[in-house]
Amino acid sequence: MRGFLPAMELQRPASLSEALQMLAAHTGRPFAGGTDLMVVYNAGKLRETRFLDIARLPELQGIRETPEYLDLGALCTFTELLAHPAIHRHFPNLVKSAKATGALAIQNRGTLGGNIANASPAADTPPCLLAYGAELELVSPRGTRVVPYESFHQGYKVMDLAADELVARIRVPKYSDTSVHYFRKVGTRQAQAIAKLSLALVAQVADGCIANLRIGLGAVAPAPVRARHAEGVLQGQPLADLPMVAALEALLADMSPIDDIRSTAHYRSTVTRNLLGQALRTLSATGN
Amino acid sequence: MAERITLTFTLNGKPQTLAVHPMTRLLDMLREDLGLTGTKEGCGEGECGACAVLLDGRVVNSCLIPALQVEGCDLVTIEGLAMASGLHPVQAALLAHNGAQCGFCSPGMAISAADLLRRCPNPNHGQVKDALSGNLCRCTGYTKIVEAVQAAARSEA
Repeated sequence: MRGFLPAMELQRPASLSEALQMLAAHTGRPFAGGTDLMVVYNAGKLRETRFLDIARLPELQGIRETPEYLDLGALCTFTELLAHPAIHRHFPNLVKSAKATGALAIQNRGTLGGNIANASPAADTPPCLLAYGAELELVSPRGTRVVPYESFHQGYKVMDLAADELVARIRVPKYSDTSVHYFRKVGTRQAQAIAKLSLALVAQVADGCIANLRIGLGAVAPAPVRARHAEGVLQGQPLADLPMVAALEALLADMSPIDDIRSTAHYRSTVTRNLLGQALRTLSATGN
Repeated sequence: MAERITLTFTLNGKPQTLAVHPMTRLLDMLREDLGLTGTKEGCGEGECGACAVLLDGRVVNSCLIPALQVEGCDLVTIEGLAMASGLHPVQAALLAHNGAQCGFCSPGMAISAADLLRRCPNPNHGQVKDALSGNLCRCTGYTKIVEAVQAAARSEA
């Protein structure tokens, strides 16, 4: 049973400032690519009825490159990400996760900002953004603030995002050329599947030891999460003698997986540890 | 309750104006308001690709797009894929290679395949499979469809 069409409202603010004023006045919630919201609407389960079409706001578009970071508009689609050479050069995990998001028709509409603000624990790009140490630029009628992405998700669909705020841009710092990037998503099939679990890892190697390690996990907690316990065990350790068992043990403390239609807590916990093992073997191999 | 809006866009090469509810699904606007029933509804959640159309030259699922977002856009449906000279090469190849069984997925398959050949005129097997990965077929097992798309590519080359 679809949502009740006459009850729905969808308005298009003419500018960012108008959009922010309408958000502040509770005129509606943001609607961008629609690839998540329309699914819920079509299933008759969308509780909100009033939306603001923000998909054409120019301030939330485009990819800007600086020497230090890439500045991605929240409205960048996965297809736009995949078309940008700097994404391929500096952020291979974003390439993999954008390709793993739905199939082409979804990648043509779905946006990076929507992937973040929809706050699904199973979204594909958020673990990568966590591992890359991304920052979010949030705008509201009160001004602009920048928050580390790692502190943005605070629980299931709970975010550090006020009712009058929009995720405007995503800044991703570049890593050195010698960094190791690992991302793997496990789903039922290669295309279209929603993740059973995913793991993104980025690390640098300094004097034969792990440095600047960050690990992001998908679909094993109420929101995308950093694997801080596992990172703590591994940070600074020599590649030649990684504390593999201790790291996989510590990873258990980073996860709170559940049984649901896509997988079981046991499978998620086991396979996420397997992925970390594979990522660490990849990392070790680069040190030899 | 939201007022109807007057939507203006290009439909299969011709200007189109229509009064619709802004949240009407593009799929319903095509099938019910405009009588273009070539675009099919399969899953209604962006998984199956039966409702694929080209919006500003990109493949999209029309079940996931509210009418308001079509304003000013160039829209091509399966009805507009054929050219003045006859069927689109992909359509001709799907016919010639038995790339359809029940036919329900065929409009979406043809849209995705036409989009692929525009972006990539000589795709390899993997590129064809990749481009069609958002289009589900429950009859053919895909082999004939992939063969048809590759044949269409050769005929265009």
